[in-house]
Amino acid sequence: MAVENATGIEVQALVREFKNGPRAVDGIDLRVAPGEIYGFLGPNGAGKSTTVLMLTTLLPPTAGSARVAGFDIVSEGPRVRSAIGAALQEAALDPLLSGAEHMRLQTALHGIPKAERTRRSEELLARVGLSRAADRKVGGYSGGMKRRLDLALALAHRPRILFLDEPTTGLDIQSRTALWEEVARLAAEDGVTVFLTTQYLEEADALADRVGIIDHGKLVAEGTPAALKAEIGRPTVEAVPHDPADHERMVAVLARFGEPAGASPKGVGVRLAGGESQLAEVVRALDAEGIAIEHLQLHAPSLDDVFLTKTGRSLEGAEEAEEEAEEQAAEAPSPA
Amino acid sequence: MSASLRSQVGQLARRSVLRTLRQPAQIVPSLVFPLFLLAVNSGGLKGATNLPGFPTDSYLTFALAVPFMQGALFSVMNAGTDLARDIETGFLNRLALTPLRNAALLSGLLAGAVVLGLVQAVVYLSIGLIAGADLAAGAGGFLAIVALSVSVTVAFGSIGLFAALRTGSGEAVQGLFPVFFVFLFLSSMALPLELIQTDWFRAIATANPVSYLLQAFRSVLIEGWDVGELALGFGIAAAVLALGMLAASSALKTRLVRT
Repeated sequence: MAVENATGIEVQALVREFKNGPRAVDGIDLRVAPGEIYGFLGPNGAGKSTTVLMLTTLLPPTAGSARVAGFDIVSEGPRVRSAIGAALQEAALDPLLSGAEHMRLQTALHGIPKAERTRRSEELLARVGLSRAADRKVGGYSGGMKRRLDLALALAHRPRILFLDEPTTGLDIQSRTALWEEVARLAAEDGVTVFLTTQYLEEADALADRVGIIDHGKLVAEGTPAALKAEIGRPTVEAVPHDPADHERMVAVLARFGEPAGASPKGVGVRLAGGESQLAEVVRALDAEGIAIEHLQLHAPSLDDVFLTKTGRSLEGAEEAEEEAEEQAAEAPSPA
Repeated sequence: MSASLRSQVGQLARRSVLRTLRQPAQIVPSLVFPLFLLAVNSGGLKGATNLPGFPTDSYLTFALAVPFMQGALFSVMNAGTDLARDIETGFLNRLALTPLRNAALLSGLLAGAVVLGLVQAVVYLSIGLIAGADLAAGAGGFLAIVALSVSVTVAFGSIGLFAALRTGSGEAVQGLFPVFFVFLFLSSMALPLELIQTDWFRAIATANPVSYLLQAFRSVLIEGWDVGELALGFGIAAAVLALGMLAASSALKTRLVRT
């Protein structure tokens, strides 16, 4: 099925294998409608950036196909690139050039007529709040300023589709919120289709019209954040025992009320099979066992619960596990 | 060259020149180090002018050719590390997402080497002349030496681009510096070819193109206008540039796998 409006993305069985490595992307199918903000959520190493590199034509797929803005990513690379803007994982900027010089270079390389370049550059720098810093070298910019300049550069040639690869990683909450507002405005007012990768649950929740959850190169869930959470349905209760020695007994008591769920290291989490109404019963059961409660909290279903349900791990836990695996791999002796 | 290609080369050249001018750490060592070696060598080896057949009685004039080559070696490092940094930071990917042509990228990147070569040539030659070196070809020779120096610097810069594209690492490019310096030492750097007594050294120096580049500079400084020597120097620079650009283009195709 082709994307009728040439501002969408359609991906079929997309695969990318690296030499001597696992499949970084393992048969992904997805479709992003024109004007939609699609959140691609997953832990580090899940295959998000590899997917973006393929969709932006910077990495050929091993198998499968994709059309971006109506163009095939393999046979029509230049046409895809002319229709998209991208801010990739690291804000790839030249520390020795100013913001204005970056804009001049970007607008010129995109073939924007000379007379229009300055106006377009000033307009975009103003939009991302960098007018006053336009003549300063980028080496002196904060992380948030660099990300905003990156966004402005990606918009230089008025792309119909925007790829943002973890655009807010490492940013403080103010910078993050400002970027979210700008991305939401782009989609709502300018009709730009946004493909956004993130490892932040709240980012996908707050910004995306639909979310695709990726793990080990496979798409494990897809839908609107509300629909995905509704699919899980049941809330989670997390309790922390006053006496850490009671932790195991608390696990046993809470196990009566549902399946285990992610919790803080000192706490115990359980997804309540009977919903919120069971909270009082949980408290009574713990009291009956003589377990004093330090802290008790009821969580509405989150995208992390969705991730947990689909993969058996929480998103944060998955990242720690990935990092641990990477460290172990790095420490392991090379095969003879 | 089409208008769009010209515009792309122009923009990247502008960036390359700005980057070079804004990094004194690139320019200053490439000026100071060769001049320091010139001072040491012309003082310590001036007795060589007493050898029968030595082409001049001023060792300073003879040795003044060497800084141009040393400066060119710095351009391998500077052009290469600049591009390697673009690869490491992802800036090359940013450029790859524009309609930029590969030829424009490589040509634009060498613009910084042109500026560096120009500055180096004027400084080396001016200081050499102030210190008492001869310039047999006169004022026109000044321009010929500057032109040759820029050509050699750009040619060697293309090797730096190839190394950066091949390895993607600034450290790897910098690791080439000693290798190129060996080429310089195994040439007619300290003595004319015909006065080198050690057979194996003379054989290597005779086969080493650097010897003929040095000879081209020396011909203008010592002899005046020797079209043959000068043409050979420019020819070698053009050949190195052609080979460097060919290798760099091939490495760029491998590095930039955009569809």
